[in-house]
Amino acid sequence: MSAHEAFAQSFRRGIFDGELPQGVTARDPAEAAQRFAVYRNNVLHSLGRALAARFPVIERLVGADFFNAMARVYVEADPPNSPVLFAWGEGFAEFLEGFPPVAALPYLPDVARLEYARGQAYHAADLPALAPADLGALAARADAIRLVLHPSVTLIASGHAIRAIWAANQPGAAPQEIEDRPETALVLRDRKLDVPVWALGPGEAAFARELLGQAPLIRAAEAAATAEPGFDVGPILFRLFAAGAIIGWEDCTC
Amino acid sequence: MTQLPARPGLGFKPEHFSQIACDPDLGFFEIHAENYMGAGGPPHAMLTALRADFGISLHGVGLSIGGPGRLDTAHLARLRALVDRYQPESFSEHLAWSSHGEAYLNDLLPLPYTDETLRIVCDHVDEVQEALGRRMLLETPSTYVLFETSTIPETEFLRAIAQRTGCGLLLDVNNVFVSATNHRTDARAYLAEFPFDQVGEIHLGGHAVEELPSGPLLIDSHGAPVADPVWTLFDEVIARTGPLPSLIEWDNDVPDYPVLLDEARRAARILRAHAPQAERTHVCA
Amino acid sequence: MSIISKTLPLTASLATALTLVAAQAAHAEGEMEKCYGVSMAGQNDCAAGPGTTCAGTATKDYQGNAWKYVPAGTCATIKTPHGMGSLEPVKM
Repeated sequence: MSAHEAFAQSFRRGIFDGELPQGVTARDPAEAAQRFAVYRNNVLHSLGRALAARFPVIERLVGADFFNAMARVYVEADPPNSPVLFAWGEGFAEFLEGFPPVAALPYLPDVARLEYARGQAYHAADLPALAPADLGALAARADAIRLVLHPSVTLIASGHAIRAIWAANQPGAAPQEIEDRPETALVLRDRKLDVPVWALGPGEAAFARELLGQAPLIRAAEAAATAEPGFDVGPILFRLFAAGAIIGWEDCTC
Repeated sequence: MTQLPARPGLGFKPEHFSQIACDPDLGFFEIHAENYMGAGGPPHAMLTALRADFGISLHGVGLSIGGPGRLDTAHLARLRALVDRYQPESFSEHLAWSSHGEAYLNDLLPLPYTDETLRIVCDHVDEVQEALGRRMLLETPSTYVLFETSTIPETEFLRAIAQRTGCGLLLDVNNVFVSATNHRTDARAYLAEFPFDQVGEIHLGGHAVEELPSGPLLIDSHGAPVADPVWTLFDEVIARTGPLPSLIEWDNDVPDYPVLLDEARRAARILRAHAPQAERTHVCA
Repeated sequence: MSIISKTLPLTASLATALTLVAAQAAHAEGEMEKCYGVSMAGQNDCAAGPGTTCAGTATKDYQGNAWKYVPAGTCATIKTPHGMGSLEPVKM
């Protein structure tokens, strides 16, 4: 092992366990540990802040002190593996599932999944939406196409009220009592480049799930009608289209 | 390839986007490359608009040029894509390391200055310049500790890197002041040894002050106005180099845009005072 | 056509929906002001943190009753089948 590799290993270890790395000193060597602590704090604090920027609702739900302490555990368990910090945190939901101190807050992992999906949607590729005329022209072949959705569109089906919890914990929103119940949330980036979260009813959720699974449009409509008898696809189709979430279509033999 | 204008620049903060307007005291914006590595969305929409009116300095914070391992080729490819897309006037990175193994530690960590680390840093700078197809600037660090193993003074280390790789240097005057204060040395003595002919850009940022038994410890917090002694050093540097692109960095507790502009105007006055003749003010279209 | 007869009404209603949506959307079309979602913007910067030199950073011992932090945010407003969320140190 090269001397520099040995140095970096010992420095990295020291950041997490607090032991002074070999060779670290100061003009007054008695101050070396205190000075090294600046790097320890920078790493743990900056990564904790990056995590909070990605999961602000989780931070608000558990409080800042708890979040910071938990972030330090998470940083060590699942540090970013790339300098692109907005891509970090995919494993946070799973970490929360296995972190005993939050076991009494069973909705946290799915709220984290929702927040992660919003971050991905924010950075998703720019792809132009289908024009109204192109959509209208599809009416004649409604039974023989599938719709292509924008890559920002994500569906999170949860046993918890994740959309309500997310909305009540937005900046400026007053926390309110929320009755936990199953909810399906849809995340997307709209034409304004905003990233809203929609709560979907059973028919809408089935429809969106089938479209995301690249099912033919007619199969998606069938699934929606099965999930919610008498379901009208018009409103959700309009909502998706108006948001710019329908970006193309393909012929299919259905 | 055009160069950054020898005028003040500001670190771009998205919350200021709607307030940014052409200004004779503003030559460029600096962006942190890693924040623009997504496929699309608001970051690219804002950067595209900014690029139309201003010079762009692409500033990486995550390449880990001072680390022992190989550079992350996927990260280099992402940088290359940004360079190709936005054609920034400048690309800069740090004399520091931030990744080890698979882990990214998100801080600009220090390294001992030895023959071995000089060779490693030069290899990495060569690799970056080859991958991006252009000359890069390497930034002077701020440090809080020293290393028993260091054998080369920092100014000599930087001079050797510039000589061997052909890269330029980014002189962070606040970092010079922070490190000199922290190690109880003299910032002017450091600057007297600095290879000014390689400097392509200046950084100016605010620092925080802590107290240790032996005296002050300055933290490169980028969370305050540029300190008066740093302005004085900046004035002395520009007196020697002539006007250079000079960035105001403010990344923590980001103030309102007019506060940043005031800092830029202070830098502009110093740059103008040392301009050989009254330079034509260029205002973006 | 491969569709079976019972999906015919569905096809017809889908065709109607597509036509209506296209008409409504054409009507509603116009430039919307972009919203840059600044709260989700950049996360990488070059700033050092608060840089405190007191190294009280060892919080990883959350096993047993040693985890001194309890969730103390808005979680207390969410009613789960097991109550309002833990506001007591965990016991394992």
